[in-house]
Amino acid sequence: MHTTTNGTNGVHGSNGASGAVQAAPAASLEGYNYAFLDELSKKAVRRALLKGVAIPGYQVPFGSRELPIARGWGTGGLQITLSLVGPGDVVKVIDQGADEGVNAVNIRRLVERTSPGVQTTLDTSEATLIQTRHRIPEQPLREDQIMIFQVPQPEPLRNVEWREAETRRMHAEADYSRIWVALYEDVVQNGRVTKYAGYPVMVNDRHVMAPSPIPKWDVPKLHMAPYLSLFGAGREKRIYAVPPLTSVVPLSFDDYPFAVESFDGRVCARCGSPQTYLVSLPDEQGGSVYVCSDSNWCDTALERVGSSDLRAAGDKEAQS
Amino acid sequence: MGYSAVKGGLEAISAAELLVQHPLLAADEASLDTRQLEHQLTQAVDKIMSEGGLYAPELAALALKQAEGDLFEAAFLLRAYRSTLPRFGYSLPTRGDRMRVLRRISSAFKDVPGGQLLGRTRDYTQRLLDFGLLGGGKAPGPVAERSGRDESRPYQDGASSGGARFIAPPTIAPADDRTATVAPPASAARFPKVADTMRAAGLIAPLPAADPIVEPPDITIDAVRYPASRPTRLQMLARGESGAMLSFAYASLRAFGGGDHATVAELRVGDLPLQVTHPLLGTPVTIGYYRATEAEMLGPDHAKEVPGRVNAAYSLSYGLVFGQHERKAISMAILDSTLMATEGQERPRGAWSPAGDQEMVLSHIDPIESSGFVEHLKLPHYVTFGASLQGTLALKAERSQKVDLIPPAPQPPPPQAREGEQPIRLPSPSQGGGAGGGGSSDHQGVAAGQLHHHGDGVLHAHDD
Repeated sequence: MHTTTNGTNGVHGSNGASGAVQAAPAASLEGYNYAFLDELSKKAVRRALLKGVAIPGYQVPFGSRELPIARGWGTGGLQITLSLVGPGDVVKVIDQGADEGVNAVNIRRLVERTSPGVQTTLDTSEATLIQTRHRIPEQPLREDQIMIFQVPQPEPLRNVEWREAETRRMHAEADYSRIWVALYEDVVQNGRVTKYAGYPVMVNDRHVMAPSPIPKWDVPKLHMAPYLSLFGAGREKRIYAVPPLTSVVPLSFDDYPFAVESFDGRVCARCGSPQTYLVSLPDEQGGSVYVCSDSNWCDTALERVGSSDLRAAGDKEAQS
Repeated sequence: MGYSAVKGGLEAISAAELLVQHPLLAADEASLDTRQLEHQLTQAVDKIMSEGGLYAPELAALALKQAEGDLFEAAFLLRAYRSTLPRFGYSLPTRGDRMRVLRRISSAFKDVPGGQLLGRTRDYTQRLLDFGLLGGGKAPGPVAERSGRDESRPYQDGASSGGARFIAPPTIAPADDRTATVAPPASAARFPKVADTMRAAGLIAPLPAADPIVEPPDITIDAVRYPASRPTRLQMLARGESGAMLSFAYASLRAFGGGDHATVAELRVGDLPLQVTHPLLGTPVTIGYYRATEAEMLGPDHAKEVPGRVNAAYSLSYGLVFGQHERKAISMAILDSTLMATEGQERPRGAWSPAGDQEMVLSHIDPIESSGFVEHLKLPHYVTFGASLQGTLALKAERSQKVDLIPPAPQPPPPQAREGEQPIRLPSPSQGGGAGGGGSSDHQGVAAGQLHHHGDGVLHAHDD
């Protein structure tokens, strides 16, 4: 699974801002194995991954190891990254879509410190492995790239059934009646499905799966995607996968179809992109400014525009 | 412009790291010696080792120092370090009666074979601040030997309690140490187990026949699946956070578990031999000793309905934890009992007491997992929150236009509607046509058009 990117090996062109490869720090971690985990542990993770790929959407239990990153802070995704990464790989880490998020920085820093020969990048297009929390990049991904999702709660049925022993039975028998009823009740009570992030999906017509708390905006990207998506829940000790070209369909009703977030025609106040997932920032006047959550996309678009002028003025709106 | 790019994550966390590493010392203040922590903060060191799942007093003391006394953080440091250690093999099973006992009590009997040995405990001290310890003050009385264990001293007098706690034997195992049932080393007094005495009297069930040892599951290698077997449960309890376990155990004793007041058959603290199979000779070798607390508790015999099983008066539940950590050992034994009581039973959700529900207890007592997930709320969540906010605001806007079928109560006068939320009182099919009579009784006093704010942050219109 160690792929390289067309000989660039992570080194980006002169523009710098969007694709600056982080220089590996001089001080690597002495006394620790390559990529922190011992080889047998990494092999165990890869075995779980293979099983997950073989049964799309099925949660494979694995012997999740403690990492120097706190449980609940991306240890599932990180164990997958550390188990796959090798010299020649180019790793990108994002949190809420941003490479600069403090936790993304910290995870990227750990990969750098423990995995000599691995490059890190902010540039989506040159990454071989992309570890993410809560977003899929706006830039369409290729078949030689691997998405690695950090998953807080791998069980899509947890809200309708607390017990793991019971949800396991429900998955085994494809007994998804209760989540359908919950969605129906939601529609009856609220006029819509009020599940906003981590919308439940049916994978390969067989397993209901939690796509991790990505916004609905990102869910359709998983359907028949050319790339491999891997999901790691460290605290809950589950791994699952969506192989390339696999159907991923949100659970919805014919008369209440699934719809992604709408931004009412707003564009990014920073780069002007019209079709990206936007996040709102409160401004000092009590209004909101909307900008791309994908920082690399935004930076790249800004470079293309050739201007760092913000375009916020016309787009600022008061929050209702 | 209102927008400023949120950059500089690396600089910020590097600066935070620097602040953490910066010692909080006065100019003339010495940095703590980890040996002092290991010898003088033994309770903290024991807790860290127990929850970290790694017996390493020196490293636990280091973790305690590095974490500035945060025991969760210290256990986390030890756990993360543990992940990097290759596993050479497994130790051989041992029994509590091989313990070199420092302290041993039974609350079930006034006296037991071998005698009660109070040992080193704070149980009967009076909790008065000892101002003599302020600053560098020392406790009165003779200073205990700190330079390792004195082989000639009888173990049970407690004299070695402050000494080195991972004790290497002076020589390779003696010749009589080659079978799994040999007596403990000669220097240790052997105390018979109270449980064995009770078994002989038929008060508790006999031990299962001496089968060849079945390899137990290992929760550090394989993910736990429910329902969990007893070996799995005991392993999870052994690494559990003592405060969380204490709460569940207390709840089950007090009310939420039938209120079985369990009885301590025996509690012992001491050093257990660590034995492995010699890689070349194939014989058991004692490679060291580790401090542990073992609790055996009597409760109702949950399994007496099982056909073919010998009926007994009591069940025996078990707790074993690293270090001297009696509160946790007893909590563990109580939870072993509550989980045995519900084992193999099919019950609907919520029918069990929290302490009798495997998933409720075992999924939530791990200190690394619980603290990590609760504290992950400090991470940015603006994408997920934004997605929720958008939907919630849309719902709220929609609801403010909705109507309510309930006719206005004659009095009191309807509350002042907020600006922009003027209710429109028109019948609407979406509002449940059958509720025109005024709604159910708990809605009687609600003025028409009033929106109810529920805890989920969504404004819900009246809906019968």
